[in-house]
Amino acid sequence: MAKIRGIVTIEQERCKGCGVCVEACPSQVLELAFEVNGKGYHYAKMANPDACTGCTSCALVCPDSCITVYRQKDSDD
Amino acid sequence: MAAREVARTPENKVYSKPRLLTDAVMHFCPGCSHGTIHKLIAEVIDEMGMEHEAIGISPVGCGVLAYDYIDIDWVEAAHGRAAAVGTAIKRLNPSKLVFTYQGDGDLAAIGTGETIHACNRGENITIIYINNAIYGMTGGQMAPTTLLGQRTATTPQGRDAAQHGYPFKVGDMLAQLDGVCYVTRQSVHTPASVRRAKKALRKAFENSMQQKGLSFVEFVSTCSSGWKMTPVEANRWLAEHMLPVYPLGDIKG
Amino acid sequence: MEEIRLMKGNEVIAEAAVRCGCDGYFGYPITPQSEILETLTMMRPWETTGMVVVQAESEVAAINMAYGGASCGKRVMVSSSSPGISLMCEGLSYLAGAELPCLVVNVSRGGPGLGTIQPSQADYFQAVKGGGHGDYHLIVLAPGSVQEMYDFVSWGFDLAFRYRNPVMILSDGVIGQMMEKVVLSAPKPRWSDEQIAEMWGSWAVTGKPASRTRNIVTSVELDPLRQERFNHKLTDKYRTICEREARCEMVGCDDADYVIVAYGSSARISQKVVELAAEDGLKVGLLRPITLYPFPEREIERLSHRVKGFLSVEMSMGQMIEDVKLASRCRVPVYHFGRTGGVIHTPTEVYEALKSNFLQK
Repeated sequence: MAKIRGIVTIEQERCKGCGVCVEACPSQVLELAFEVNGKGYHYAKMANPDACTGCTSCALVCPDSCITVYRQKDSDD
Repeated sequence: MAAREVARTPENKVYSKPRLLTDAVMHFCPGCSHGTIHKLIAEVIDEMGMEHEAIGISPVGCGVLAYDYIDIDWVEAAHGRAAAVGTAIKRLNPSKLVFTYQGDGDLAAIGTGETIHACNRGENITIIYINNAIYGMTGGQMAPTTLLGQRTATTPQGRDAAQHGYPFKVGDMLAQLDGVCYVTRQSVHTPASVRRAKKALRKAFENSMQQKGLSFVEFVSTCSSGWKMTPVEANRWLAEHMLPVYPLGDIKG
Repeated sequence: MEEIRLMKGNEVIAEAAVRCGCDGYFGYPITPQSEILETLTMMRPWETTGMVVVQAESEVAAINMAYGGASCGKRVMVSSSSPGISLMCEGLSYLAGAELPCLVVNVSRGGPGLGTIQPSQADYFQAVKGGGHGDYHLIVLAPGSVQEMYDFVSWGFDLAFRYRNPVMILSDGVIGQMMEKVVLSAPKPRWSDEQIAEMWGSWAVTGKPASRTRNIVTSVELDPLRQERFNHKLTDKYRTICEREARCEMVGCDDADYVIVAYGSSARISQKVVELAAEDGLKVGLLRPITLYPFPEREIERLSHRVKGFLSVEMSMGQMIEDVKLASRCRVPVYHFGRTGGVIHTPTEVYEALKSNFLQK
């Protein structure tokens, strides 16, 4: 059975920690970091990477275009 | 079984910052709809192959610096006058993709005259209208679009119809004009709405290139700073309070 | 091919625009200049040269259409009369702030407010001192004949593009409405998109080709130090304009005791005064500023060492007189005479004013 998995990279310094991506993710993959970036924002990060399906919901709603999404189809052999 | 990490290869990349967005960090507040709408404009222009043909007209208001973020030629217009500026640019350069980008103060207050008449003349341009029910840049004053009861810097007790009139539904009004071929109301507060909005924007730009008349794309948007909410709360407030007054969907065309 | 016709001043503006390769005209009806828009719509240049003519919904829209057209490196013009020019002042400031070339014609009438529809020269301050907000100037040309109405359109466009600055032709209801013989020059073609890219590619918004970075036409600056630097740059430009472009015509000034300074229709009237004075044996000269900004200061300064006085004749309560005083360093008396509110002075009235000011005091 093929399984679709994804991963996102978030440009930490561009992120303003608005949290809109966290809310948009259907798989609760993202959260805002306890740490802050150079501008003092709690940037978004992957907290639960295994759940990511690469659906791009987070990136679609990101106003600062700091999320890149990768997706790959694994054959489960 | 421990999953292998997904390879960050170009073939696996399914979403990234659009090519036509510059590397400048946007001045918008966290979570602001402007950034998402800018992104859609950049994507659609790129996908249509119009990078070298596009001319944007930025407003006075939070959108004023759009030219810093989308890598095309831009003209910054006086407050409210973008539709007049766009009229001449398109008439003098009929092969170009000409669009204005305006907020609700710029378009629905000071620029009402220019907007209505550009629409009525059926100029082959697209008007992108950001309706967040408030003046963002000047610090959260009442806009013509402010909801009844909504508190702003100039309606501290909430907007009162007897004193301030009613939320201005610009799109519904413009849809009555023969020169307007397409009026749609969109939002970018959820992934699904972003996808729909992008399709609407593409349709509008194609109308402009096919000389069908004026296309008007309203974005019901958030202003978390002006509304004094977190961005996530603002998205919820938009769904609960803005959308009943400004329902999404095509109004004409 | 050159052509000679009998034409109205306003009609000639339209004819000149088409013949000098103007790309776009944006107007709104207002007396006494509506013939400009009417003539253009009669000529239908969009079918011949491709020139765009739009009747806007207001003067505010018209000037902003011009702003849009100018942003693309196109030769664009607007015309109006005094109250309409007031509405355009916001746009004029933006044009100057964005360093855009544009030609503005003011066929002025009596004011303030809605005033009258008869000729006036009371928009001098507005034209030469600003009108809109901020540190800027218009280049202001003052035609004294229908022929000059024609010639100044082409000259105005040249200046507008040379200095990337709005240029105003400050006319009035007399010259706009009167008919005279005019020599029309051979038509020049409009610039092609390639020519515009070649000449104005460094700033004009044409759709960003792969060969350059994006062009941005704007007048907004968030950093006050950068705005200050820009204002210095503008001022340097105005200084150059003042050094190079001031023009005036002098009649009988070489041995004059008294000099009338008058522009436009007042200069036409004052020519007669010079003749009346000569009949009486008085040595009266006429200095006619052709450019109001830049003002012909040097010539007035030079005369101020020699003459006994100046009379500023203008159809206003006295506006240009301030510049005459400044230019003459007040070395000799400077008086004003003029009817206003749409009333035109007669040569006799001007002559009497000259005599009463200089000879009976």
